[in-house]
Amino acid sequence: MYATALSCALRGLAGIPVTVEADIAAGLPGFTIVGLTDRAIQEARERVKAAIRNGGFTFPARKLTVNLAPAEVPKEGTGYDLAIALAVLRSAGHEIALDGTALLGELSLDASLRPVNGVLPMARALRAQGVRRLVVPVENAGEAALVEDLDVVAAPSLAACVHHLDGSQPLPPAQATGRSPDATDGGLDLSAIRGQMHAKRALEIAAAGGHNMLMLGPPGSGKTMLARALASLMPDLQPEESLEVAAVWSLRGVLRERSAHSVRPPFRAPHHSISRSGLIGGGLGLALPGEISLATRGVLFLDELCEFPRALLEALRQPLEERTVTVGRSRGSVTYPAAFTLVAAANPCPCGYRGDSQRACTCAARELHSYRSRLSGPVRDRIDLSVAVPRQSYDVLFAGGMPEETSSAVRQRVAAARRAQARRNHDLVRRERGRRRRAATGLDAANGTGPAPVLNADLEGVTLLAACDPTAAASRVLSVAGERLHLSARAFHRVLRVARTIADLAGQERVDEAALGEALRLRGEAGR
Amino acid sequence: MSGELTVRHLARHAPDWPEQLDHLDLPPPALWAAGPRLPAWPAVAVVGARDATVGGLEIARRLGGDLAAAGIPVISGMALGIDAAAHRGALDAGGHTVAVLGCGIDVCYPSRHRDLRDRIAATGSVLTEEPPGTPPAGWRFPRRNRIIAALATAVVVVEAGQRSGALSTARHAADLGREIFAVPGSPLSDRSAGANELLRDGATPLLETADLAAVSALQPAVDAARTRFRLTSLSVATAYGGSRGHPGSGLTPELATVLRTVGHHAVHPDELAAALQLAPQPLAARLAELELAGLVRTVGGGLVTRSPARPGGRAVG
Repeated sequence: MYATALSCALRGLAGIPVTVEADIAAGLPGFTIVGLTDRAIQEARERVKAAIRNGGFTFPARKLTVNLAPAEVPKEGTGYDLAIALAVLRSAGHEIALDGTALLGELSLDASLRPVNGVLPMARALRAQGVRRLVVPVENAGEAALVEDLDVVAAPSLAACVHHLDGSQPLPPAQATGRSPDATDGGLDLSAIRGQMHAKRALEIAAAGGHNMLMLGPPGSGKTMLARALASLMPDLQPEESLEVAAVWSLRGVLRERSAHSVRPPFRAPHHSISRSGLIGGGLGLALPGEISLATRGVLFLDELCEFPRALLEALRQPLEERTVTVGRSRGSVTYPAAFTLVAAANPCPCGYRGDSQRACTCAARELHSYRSRLSGPVRDRIDLSVAVPRQSYDVLFAGGMPEETSSAVRQRVAAARRAQARRNHDLVRRERGRRRRAATGLDAANGTGPAPVLNADLEGVTLLAACDPTAAASRVLSVAGERLHLSARAFHRVLRVARTIADLAGQERVDEAALGEALRLRGEAGR
Repeated sequence: MSGELTVRHLARHAPDWPEQLDHLDLPPPALWAAGPRLPAWPAVAVVGARDATVGGLEIARRLGGDLAAAGIPVISGMALGIDAAAHRGALDAGGHTVAVLGCGIDVCYPSRHRDLRDRIAATGSVLTEEPPGTPPAGWRFPRRNRIIAALATAVVVVEAGQRSGALSTARHAADLGREIFAVPGSPLSDRSAGANELLRDGATPLLETADLAAVSALQPAVDAARTRFRLTSLSVATAYGGSRGHPGSGLTPELATVLRTVGHHAVHPDELAAALQLAPQPLAARLAELELAGLVRTVGGGLVTRSPARPGGRAVG
């Protein structure tokens, strides 16, 4: 007899519904699973057999074949166990009405259900394909219930699942737990940092315009704290963005470290010994998302930038430019979101004490030269802001005095600046894209996930100039700056982008000479 | 590489052997030399930090130029920073300059000074006691420094940190009874710490090239060229951001106040903001204006310092 059940495969964040077919035929007893499976799915035979017996059912002693369709999609992991078991039970004659219900979960030998990774992106994909009911392990219910219009049921075991589906013991629908509005999620409140006015101002600009930032300062000057504070200055994520972040985290299996419905931008700080697949994404078979994707819509902090292998920094170029990362593996390539704000930190010289007022620098000129050449390069081109972070003196750190500004106060200014950007940049970019599409037909400009708000950091060329609309005085400053400071074209654009954000923070329509002046100060020429 | 250099082997007691070298306890047994003019007497050595500040480089360049104008040979070690600036100052003024190396004559160290070495060898001379092919090594440089000290009538230390090799040159010079000058720096600057210590130990402060007239052997040449010197006490003061020159005249009061607070020692904008009681934004805008006017410059990724001023006018960045 033939029966089916519905499950889901993942290719990156995209889910593909998988029909699990089971067929019982006459012949020697046996159990075969086909359909481009990995080792974990082959091992499902033993788990499913034992779980069906221990769940109080009978495993059919006939020739049993299971096919996972479509058979050309590579499938991985243990999440098919439940669907295979249900397909087997139905083909053996159990009256279970699946009625379009999808099933996800790993079985243990005693028939209880274990959580799997990637439930949120699978639930989103299934819903998008018209599936309305989903059974998941109890631990995954919270994230699956985030998807709207999807009835999620949390089943503790195979038996509970069967009894729910045949109507004898229905389970209650799972609830997404309430939103936690003010969790900082690894962020740190700005008021916890004393002094550092200059760096704090740069953080505000970075948060408002989405600019990547470089901090140069001696060890112990508070660069890590400042980077954490940046996450706390960013506005709350839109529901779609929050789902996207949770989906990536779910796929990587780290959603337990972050509440699935958090609306705060994530903060990730990988150590410089991280592997390429850990940072960019990778792994056996199909690639898993790396740290840069976990940091999407949030902050990626690279401390000791110069200690990261050059090849790793080179690999950041594509994500920094395209906001997504594509990782190729033997079984196909996948694309993940990587719309992070990069915060890099470095010592001003190898020993770390150059420019420090309390300790002398002991670096030789040659060391300095090679160190500085490492600071330039592919990543440096994408960093709009650069600040020196000095060590704070004792009386700044411990003396009483004016209370420092809190993150929520700055966040309001940031939110206002982002609204101003959204209004202006959206129109400008659409006009530019329209023009380009007419020039090259067939180009799909709307190639992204969700509504992408265009931040100043993403403005380029003509659009950037149009957005800035510098005043006459600002234009004069620009031409003098180009001549006097030997700005390259790239450096010019960086300055303009930052100036646009400064003007947005000040609520100005046009970029004036004060905004431009401050932007020039923040351009930071590494290598001098 | 060495094909273009015509190298001479100069044994001790040869007719054109520089006799000053015999003042050393352990004179070199022989020298390899390239270039038309061997060191003459009197001469001045200009030495200092490799990792020098912009102000220090400017002073070394002008000093080299002034010595050339006075017809006094400039001796130095062809290292990065102050050494190279002094050589270039002398060459640009058409003067006589001598580089003493710590490696074989056919080895160019540092390699990016190949053009400088060729220029020196074309008009002055490049000397070493090491046989051809000897690679540079840290321990050879102090040995080389004793030759620089012996060839010079006076040694000027422009900028030196506490462990700088320029201090070893000064020590050798003191042992030989040569006159030692040091350009004073701010007590806050780690790159002037060594030079300032020399001053405390009795070196003569050098505020302008004319100060070298204190050495009797140099006095006639210095006095004759005095009016053409570009390193005058006024220009040193402005190059070092002191208050004697007024590079900021003609500025608005706000900008002048900011400029006065910026010294030659690199400071962080936060320190300026605290000193001036200004918020970061207006301060940044004013610093940018000063930077565009060429009066201050950004160093070390965001610190600010005064730009070295050109004599007789507004600075150029």
